[in-house]
Amino acid sequence: MSQLDLARLQFAMTSIYHFLFVPVTIGLSSLTALLQTAWHRTGQGDYLRLTRFFGTLMVISIAVGVVTGLVQEFQFGMDWSAYSRTVGDVFGAPLAMEGLAAFFLESTFLGLWLFGWDRLPKRLHLATIWAVAAGGTLSAAFIMAANSWMQHPVGYALDASTGRPQLDDVWALFTNPVFLRGYLHVLLASLVTGAVVMLAVSAWQLRKGAAPDAFGASARLALVVLVPTLLLAMLVGSELGVTEGTYQPMKIAGAEAQWTTCQPCSFSLFQVGGGNNDQTPTKIIAVPHLLSLLATNHWNGKVLGLDQIQSQYRQQFGAGSYVPNIFVQYWSMRVMAYLAVLVLVVGLWGLWAIRRRTLALSHWFQRAAVWVVVLPFLMNTAGWLLTENGRQPWIVQGLQLTRDGVSPSVGTTTVAISILVFLVLYAALAVVAGVLMTRHARGGLAPGPAAADSPVPSLSY
Amino acid sequence: MALATFWFILTAVLWTGFFVLEGFDLGVGMLHTVVARDEAGRRAVINTIGPLWDGNEVWLIVAAAAMFAAFPAWYATMFSGFYLALVVLLVALIVRGVSFEFRGKIDSVRWRRTWDTLLTLGSFFVPLLTGIALGDLLHGVPIGQNEEFAGSFADLFPAYSVFTGITLVLLCLLHGATFITLKTTDQVRRRASLLARRLAPLTALAVLAFLPWTHSTAGKGVLPSIVQLMAVLAVLAATWLVVSGHEGWAFTATTFAMATSVLSLFVDLYPRVMVSSTDPAFSLTVNNSASGAYALKVMSVVAIVLFPVVLAYQGWTYHVFRRRVSSAQFQTAPEQQPGAGPGSSASGE
Repeated sequence: MSQLDLARLQFAMTSIYHFLFVPVTIGLSSLTALLQTAWHRTGQGDYLRLTRFFGTLMVISIAVGVVTGLVQEFQFGMDWSAYSRTVGDVFGAPLAMEGLAAFFLESTFLGLWLFGWDRLPKRLHLATIWAVAAGGTLSAAFIMAANSWMQHPVGYALDASTGRPQLDDVWALFTNPVFLRGYLHVLLASLVTGAVVMLAVSAWQLRKGAAPDAFGASARLALVVLVPTLLLAMLVGSELGVTEGTYQPMKIAGAEAQWTTCQPCSFSLFQVGGGNNDQTPTKIIAVPHLLSLLATNHWNGKVLGLDQIQSQYRQQFGAGSYVPNIFVQYWSMRVMAYLAVLVLVVGLWGLWAIRRRTLALSHWFQRAAVWVVVLPFLMNTAGWLLTENGRQPWIVQGLQLTRDGVSPSVGTTTVAISILVFLVLYAALAVVAGVLMTRHARGGLAPGPAAADSPVPSLSY
Repeated sequence: MALATFWFILTAVLWTGFFVLEGFDLGVGMLHTVVARDEAGRRAVINTIGPLWDGNEVWLIVAAAAMFAAFPAWYATMFSGFYLALVVLLVALIVRGVSFEFRGKIDSVRWRRTWDTLLTLGSFFVPLLTGIALGDLLHGVPIGQNEEFAGSFADLFPAYSVFTGITLVLLCLLHGATFITLKTTDQVRRRASLLARRLAPLTALAVLAFLPWTHSTAGKGVLPSIVQLMAVLAVLAATWLVVSGHEGWAFTATTFAMATSVLSLFVDLYPRVMVSSTDPAFSLTVNNSASGAYALKVMSVVAIVLFPVVLAYQGWTYHVFRRRVSSAQFQTAPEQQPGAGPGSSASGE
């Protein structure tokens, strides 16, 4: 493998890993804040115990998310120095804002929340968990603005002497249509992830028969959040597809492995074969008009084929292939969408069980709700593969090719050593964090203080 | 003042803030097994920085992000050039960060020993490697005309840079020891105080050697700058205050010693940001590596609005957690422990 391949592999590997924890953090911090608010409003001890129980899961997730985020920040310079040198003027701004506006907020108030139980007035302490949730939500906004700029660069002008993009309209970064929909989609997906984690842990506890009142309440909260956010995430995701299709037609054509231009276009549920070297896969169960609807919002919308876009791009940007990996594109889209439907089914099942008051009794539902926990992680990963693989071979759509962004001064061996180090370290971290979170999730609730107004001891290391 | 210079100052302030704040919690990480022999004592020591360390570390993240945004060429050349050293730094930061969270989660002596060791090692390598990196910026590494690093791994470790790393490790140790003295009670406090007395003269000697070496490496002659004079005064004052047992003032003095030592490096670096040892003409400077005027202007507005807010709430956090932590609080029932003294549910106003 070349330095370019290794650098891409390292970035993919570490960012997928990082994003296992980010949505849990964002989702669980909001849900934990809701639980603490419920305690604040009702004074019921169960809500306090749940707050601390899920808060501890959130903290483990934050710890791993924060430290793996450092690797992402450093990697732009380490592996992609040509990219950083070229686009830092635009791309660096949202990253610096993220640090100032979001990271300080999240980590400072996390400390206040964890250690402030007996130091802060109750109301102020409640505000600190909301500040943590706000910090995570804000940080996603800035990083999504930066990422959306790579999908659809806006708000810049090319410098006459260096040929590099220079920021000339910062608002454009935050009104970028790809950003508006992409950010909302990521936030909703994070809430879905947090809700599914909360649901699965609650279901596990209900199966054990531990604290059925408390975990019945958290399962209900999770389900009530899960179903609408998942439906919205699907809706916004589909809108995002239309938007990206406008600016990155390869991405959408690739997701259907659509080599020739079509109108109207059907959507295949499965295909056998297919890929960059097989343009005539066997498509199984083609749903008429569905691709037209998904890609253009019109019943008879026209979708450009990969071949036609390729010849357009060749005229515009010169020789070379501009087609992303079609196999990854086609299947990541389907994994994301099909698994979302599966989660939705379990969510609706849960709502139905709530209505019938059988949540604490239905063992089948509880079993399903435990296992469903792996799905959001697969969906999130597939979603990122879809959007990042679909941008290839560009690192910034239309401005710089990925192969031109790699560090000129870094050797293949160097990147290989680094991948090896992070592989070992991340595997160990995954095991430890996984074991700790599972142990904690299975452990059950700590005994809470007897009266609602008695002081709550702080958590500590 | 040109905006690029303003951002150079801001970057220097962020790095300084990182060493001043994270400096003591790195010191605490290195010293926690030395000043406390039993589990209750160690937990007390770690809990003195429990609510603070994460927010302190953000200063490093923001310093790097500020370099990326304001000086893309500096960020690109430095981070790709220092690649393998940064891998080690990242490993140290990761291991250290999770060890706070993980060590108390399983009640086993071996488990805690493992994380204690990792915390100590991580806390040692972070100031050593960041110190070497800052030393490299001033000493110079091979950089060609194309602004790219053109050296080998060994080129990252000239004597001056290694000494910068060692000086920063010592400053972190002393800063950590004065912090523990100020924030704990009884035996832990006495041990930390004793340790600070031993560390202070050694650290003072290192800083007194570091300052002229920095100045001559930068080719600025023999007359020290004002910041360097302040650093000399601060480190001497710190030694005297530590030895005479003025705990609060000693910590103030180590804070100043750390801040002025780090700043003096940046003062001598200006207007360059990364010196080329190949040819001074290839050095990266504030002007040839800065972003465009518009980007700098936008970020200046953001920084001027947000930075005071950040300082306010971080300062407030320090106020909320100003009390000493005693190992007596961790003596019994290790599962649920108060992080604070008794009866203090409304002390944060």
